[in-house]
Amino acid sequence: MSATTTATRRRESPLARAVRLGGLRIGYEVRAYFRQGDTVFFTFLFPVVMLTIFSVSFSEASFGQTADGDEITAAWFFLPAMLAAGVLLSGLQNLAIDIAVEKSDGTLKRLAGSPLPVMSYFIGKLGQSFVTGLLQAAVLLLLGFTVFQVPLPEDPANWWVFAWVFTLGVLCSAILGIALSAVPRSGKSATAVVIPITLVLQFISGVYLRFSDLPEWLQNVAAVFPLKWMAQGMRSVFLPDELVVLEQNESWDHPGIALALAIWLVAGLILTSLTFRWIRKDS
Amino acid sequence: MTTTENVVEVRDLRKTYGDLAAVDGVSFDIHRGETFALLGPNGAGKSTTIEILEGYRDRTSGEVRVLGVDPQKGGLDWKARLGIVLQSSGESGNVTVAEQLRAFAALYPNPRDVDEVIAAVGLESKAGVLIRKLSGGQRRRVDVAVGIVGRPELLFLDEPTTGFDPEARRSFWQLIRTLQSEGTSILLTTHYLDEAAQLGDRAGIIAGGRMVDLAPIDEIGGADARVPFVRWRENGAVHERRTHAPAAVVTELVARLGGEPEGLEVIRPSLEDVYLDLVGHEHASDLSGEALNETEAAR
Repeated sequence: MSATTTATRRRESPLARAVRLGGLRIGYEVRAYFRQGDTVFFTFLFPVVMLTIFSVSFSEASFGQTADGDEITAAWFFLPAMLAAGVLLSGLQNLAIDIAVEKSDGTLKRLAGSPLPVMSYFIGKLGQSFVTGLLQAAVLLLLGFTVFQVPLPEDPANWWVFAWVFTLGVLCSAILGIALSAVPRSGKSATAVVIPITLVLQFISGVYLRFSDLPEWLQNVAAVFPLKWMAQGMRSVFLPDELVVLEQNESWDHPGIALALAIWLVAGLILTSLTFRWIRKDS
Repeated sequence: MTTTENVVEVRDLRKTYGDLAAVDGVSFDIHRGETFALLGPNGAGKSTTIEILEGYRDRTSGEVRVLGVDPQKGGLDWKARLGIVLQSSGESGNVTVAEQLRAFAALYPNPRDVDEVIAAVGLESKAGVLIRKLSGGQRRRVDVAVGIVGRPELLFLDEPTTGFDPEARRSFWQLIRTLQSEGTSILLTTHYLDEAAQLGDRAGIIAGGRMVDLAPIDEIGGADARVPFVRWRENGAVHERRTHAPAAVVTELVARLGGEPEGLEVIRPSLEDVYLDLVGHEHASDLSGEALNETEAAR
């Protein structure tokens, strides 16, 4: 390395350094993600597999009609649900397991002894969730559009809603994943701790079951957690507007979605700053 | 405390867990450019000591300075001057050797050339291979490469050659000698006493949380511990005599026995022998009871 670059690096502010190294970490984390066979299947392809199963097995069933009298197919109905599930899996499930494993296999201990800022590590993980989640959403949309002929929205306003629901959803879910990674006591138990949580959330939040079919008290329980709001946001983008009558209060409630996700994001940040340590000292 | 001469200064270091003192009043310095070997049986307090110096554990009491900084308060700038090779690594290894080294090199202000480091640990042919597909010894070499890629002033090597075949250990020693010639200070723990003898300038021996000896490698145990002994067999029993003049003893034996003594050996205690003596005889079970008695008698 030349003397000039060394000098430049010396002058770099700690924040700029953390962000630059965070950017490098994203590339590293995304590469590692796709080389891990089980995450590619259980996190990346899982919603794709589920969308295929649901679309095929309920291909005879109708999920309502549009104002123009078109049938709403199972694929159409479940596409937004699986997009929301993908956001939860890419963020929360992926990071909670990944970081718990890194904690117990010595990865974090090695990083703790290096001059990597904690913030860069987080940027790398959030970036991994964002990039893999976005690719996953693209695969789901492509599958829905080409194979199952789901009509995609033409109004740019819908895509704007998709953009912010997706981004806020991934950030929120990724931060909660980092916070949740403190719970499993070992890397081996991580899957057993995390998957039941995400599975229950998916069942009560309108991913696998039609949300409007759930009893009201269960809908209210689900409304405490972020996945219900992500799924609602995705439905507002991809389902015809007539189906808004199936929502709670018969409204897509975009401000409510933004508020719920923002509250969980802040809660996740606070939890993370309280619980995240490179290593458990003196364990 | 001065900080220019010494890269590590430890005074009366204690670490207790409840009633148990894992480290019980250890003091030592490591001079700049020196390789210091910390030796001792498992559970003696070596790892606790080294982890306190690396900033992984907090001490109960005592003074510690590493590169002039208290490790409990060491920031990123301080970490950038250290290289740490931990005792074990079980990482999933889903990146290639070259990717891993580039990722770590990027963290340091003045890193070594990644390709040169890969070559130095003998992994040129594996640069593009996923770390999880490497053998245990090869993974260990990646650990060492990650430890030195940041051009550390002080390198911690915690049992670095565990799992190496003899050839890999020789080339590892060569690598360490190169680092030494560049002025890197090194704290080494190892179970291989020959490794400590090959690489170390000074050694400290820890047993039961205490430093039982601290000296240049060739003076460990004191002059008496280095006294050679002559061993031979006579009337079916093994005899041993410690002496500063082994040649004279052998001459006398030849004269007395009227020929070549049976099973004759002249032994200069290795660092390993001296070490085993220091950490206690329960580790020295390979000496026969009789030989031990004669050794004791000769003192």
